[in-house]
Amino acid sequence: MRPFEYVRTHDMAAAVALVSADPQAEYLAGGTTELDLVLKDGVLEPGRLIDITRLPLRGITCAEDTLRVGALVTMNELAADPTVSERVPFVREALLAGASPQLRNMATIGGNLLQRTRCRYFRDATVPACNKRAPGSGCAAVRGPARMHAILGASEHCIALHASDLCVALVALDTVVEIQGVDASRSVPLTQFYVLPGDRPDIENVLQHGELITRIRIPLLPVGMRSGYLKVRDRASYEFALTSAAAALLIEDDTIVRARLALGGVGTVPWRALEAEEILHGAPATRRTFRAAAEAALRDPFTVAGTAFKIELAQRTIVRILQEASGVQS
Amino acid sequence: MQNTVSAEAYVDVRLHVNGTVQALHVDSRVTLLDALRDELALTGTKKGCDQGACGACTVLADGKRVLSCLTLAAQCEGREVTTIEGLAADGRLHPVQDAFIRHDGFQCGYCTPGQIMSAVALLQEGRAGSDEEIREFMSGNLCRCGAYPNIVAAIREVAGRGSE
Repeated sequence: MRPFEYVRTHDMAAAVALVSADPQAEYLAGGTTELDLVLKDGVLEPGRLIDITRLPLRGITCAEDTLRVGALVTMNELAADPTVSERVPFVREALLAGASPQLRNMATIGGNLLQRTRCRYFRDATVPACNKRAPGSGCAAVRGPARMHAILGASEHCIALHASDLCVALVALDTVVEIQGVDASRSVPLTQFYVLPGDRPDIENVLQHGELITRIRIPLLPVGMRSGYLKVRDRASYEFALTSAAAALLIEDDTIVRARLALGGVGTVPWRALEAEEILHGAPATRRTFRAAAEAALRDPFTVAGTAFKIELAQRTIVRILQEASGVQS
Repeated sequence: MQNTVSAEAYVDVRLHVNGTVQALHVDSRVTLLDALRDELALTGTKKGCDQGACGACTVLADGKRVLSCLTLAAQCEGREVTTIEGLAADGRLHPVQDAFIRHDGFQCGYCTPGQIMSAVALLQEGRAGSDEEIREFMSGNLCRCGAYPNIVAAIREVAGRGSE
């Protein structure tokens, strides 16, 4: 483990300038990913960590049907927000389905978006083949035992999973990410924030080095639109998803007027299921419709022996959450 | 690892622990867990997995339960840290400590300080409404001896739900 310099600042512009000017510098917020990979796994070796937890990036405000959430708001703080419970309840469900109470007190919303994969091969620096860690070195997961891995957006270059629960609900909601750079700020929809691995799995999102997530904007659901988050896992609690689904449905006269659907546990990025949404829109709210949507969502998987089971499991997860959100069982 | 570390790799931090303030000059890489155990001789907080998975190192920071193994000591400047050593007041055990003893909420005892710190926070959070809720909100604390039923019983009792 390489020594690093620890820098604490209360000034956002100073923090952004420091990291932008130093390729060896990284931001430190909740630390639940960063310190794990730096101190314990030795996978990341920053020369300098800029502690941003004292920056004024806290607070949750609501205006014009949009929730604005500071990047340093913790998972537990967001889960406790009354507007979240009232208007986007599946965000709360996804938050409380993730990690443990201790980790949810530490982990920030900005950090949740940027959490690194739990792929064992990525997190084991003694494994030589990892295109995400060492571009061009190959993918040990494709050949070795793999189970907690992605089947959508994956390829022989990389099957590392984006393991966030929260981001599944956020991507379903068309959440927007606000980003601060040295010279300018910009906003990027979460659906365009992540980059599919392709042949460069080391590039995970559109952030340039030094750019800082400052806030996210969550559009609230229309009143009457019912939502839910379902997480299927090996243990009842404190475990990553095998498959998960976030769904929101607005149904009038047994017809689906509006649908939002996203998947977790299966994608190299939080996976918005647009093909499935197209099938749901305007269709009768029946189990047959839900099954057709589920099949559309999993039409183009890339599986290895250990992950093939996820196709059917993900489809059943989708049907189940659509049944729960709609109240339609048959 | 390099044997010599430059001055920039050290940091001065004032740790507020259990109501007292301690000034430390430590390697930037030192976690709160290691600072508590190795610098302040507060060995009640345990190192289990040392990777954020087991909960043995749970302490309170500004009243909220966190994992001290994934927190840098340097990040705790100005924050009030409470460890298992800080729970008892005036020589009297905290009610959760007392309940763990009476309900036999442990065997080997290694995970116990983390279990108790987590349970104290759980009660403050109002998450002891049912046994199911206690189990869910204690899920970040593993016990390899499997004392879970007695841990739940101890927390249930302190929550005022007796042996329902």
